[in-house]
Amino acid sequence: MDGDRVEILPTNPTNSMNPINPTNPTNPTKLVLSPAPHLRGKASIDRDMYIVVLALLFPAAGGVYFFGLYALLMLATAVACAVLTEYVTKSMRRRPFCMDGSAIVTGMLFALVMPPRSPLWIVAVGSIFCIAIGKEAFGGLGQNIFNPALAGRAFVAVSFAGALTRFITPTAGALMADGVTAATPLADGFATYRALFLGNVAGSMGETSALLILIGGAILLAFGLIKWQMPVFYIGTVAVLGLLLGEDPFFHVLAGGLMLGAFFMATDYVTSPLTTPGKIVFAVGAGILVILIRLWGVLPEGVAFSILLMNAVTPLIDRYIRPRPYGHVKRGRKEAAS
Amino acid sequence: MSNLIAIFFSMALINNLVLVNFLGLCPFFGVSKKLSSAFSMGVAVLLVMLVASAVTWPIFHMLLEPHGMEFMRTVIFILVIASLVQIIEMTIKRTNLTLYNALGIYLPLITTNCAILGVAFINIDKTYGFLESLVAALGAGAGFTLVLIIMSGIRERLDLADTPQAFMGTPISLIVATLLGLAFLGFGGMI
Repeated sequence: MDGDRVEILPTNPTNSMNPINPTNPTNPTKLVLSPAPHLRGKASIDRDMYIVVLALLFPAAGGVYFFGLYALLMLATAVACAVLTEYVTKSMRRRPFCMDGSAIVTGMLFALVMPPRSPLWIVAVGSIFCIAIGKEAFGGLGQNIFNPALAGRAFVAVSFAGALTRFITPTAGALMADGVTAATPLADGFATYRALFLGNVAGSMGETSALLILIGGAILLAFGLIKWQMPVFYIGTVAVLGLLLGEDPFFHVLAGGLMLGAFFMATDYVTSPLTTPGKIVFAVGAGILVILIRLWGVLPEGVAFSILLMNAVTPLIDRYIRPRPYGHVKRGRKEAAS
Repeated sequence: MSNLIAIFFSMALINNLVLVNFLGLCPFFGVSKKLSSAFSMGVAVLLVMLVASAVTWPIFHMLLEPHGMEFMRTVIFILVIASLVQIIEMTIKRTNLTLYNALGIYLPLITTNCAILGVAFINIDKTYGFLESLVAALGAGAGFTLVLIIMSGIRERLDLADTPQAFMGTPISLIVATLLGLAFLGFGGMI
């Protein structure tokens, strides 16, 4: 044992004057760990992400049911490209690659917000953009500012605008059938509530069926992955504003990508505020932006842009809306000065 | 009135100087590292834009245009804006030292900035009236301040991120600006 101790003593000449004392309480490298027993939770990134994948299978299955096997091909392309890109970027950075499922979630979400007959190469390019630029360039999971799937969606929407405006009518159940080109309900403004709720309308692949998205959202809520405030305030703001502005609130809630965005995208841990009041601010702001873009913008749908814009102000929301420390009574004046 | 509101929001959001017109990128990347300095910079830009628009509009429409000397506008505008801002700076320094310290280095920095000159030109090119020019300058300044504050918030968070070595600093800021520009496209066509 004595031989070992000699080796522990610093041999580096720069440190020999000031040897590190492990018993020195001021040593900042020392971690304080309370004694056992520790309570171990089941939560982990892998578990959470695969639950999201499970929840996403419902809108994905709806996409395949309504728009045929081509939708499945799109999903597979997007997920494969996302995972592959993550693997390549991680190896380029010499970081460990782990199948934590986050790339699968991004790939699935990206495919679900695409029009159901998008060319596969655009799906591939967009999916690579999602991971490479939207996530890994920032440093990987947890570091990105914008929702990767939506960043990719905005990228392909701007880059390949012509190829991505071809929406088709659903061909429910007929897996190999070719759909007929049609405008989304948001563009021509007509569809029955029943069709909008079940998903039997033209639109992006995974956005049409409110019912299936609600099932997926219920799974997320049941496992405690998302807070109910986010979707409720987001959808509620759109409905209330729609009503006040003389629009049909049910139509604005059910049509387009609002449901999918509210349950699966706005609630993204990384790009939404940390605190519950912050999440409410985020959700209300996004709801206002959706109505603004839908009613006055040149684009028919504003969910993706509304969430991206609120992603951008999330650091500011987190800066000003902070959790109140336990026992905190009154806001001190010093806080404002920083 | 609704025309003025339309001009304000058009300049602030839809035709945002930084994200849509790519003007004023140098202060956008240079002074967006901290929120406090970003805010000071934004206010200084807003003030200078207002003053510059208020001065260049009469010069162009009452001096250059009647004499057929529109081609001189670039030289004249730069000269007038720069010297005027210097005079303002000296006046503020004499009269209100607190304000001077708050605006600090930002005021002289932006006197020859392309965003300031750009707004003066946009006002002329879009044949805005005097009041419209002022509102346009106000909107452009407000939009600039907004984007600068958003950017500084993001960059303060990025300081903590495990960004790849090659992307640290300006490269990742350019990527953020790109994605922010994509997001601002959502405002397209509102007015």
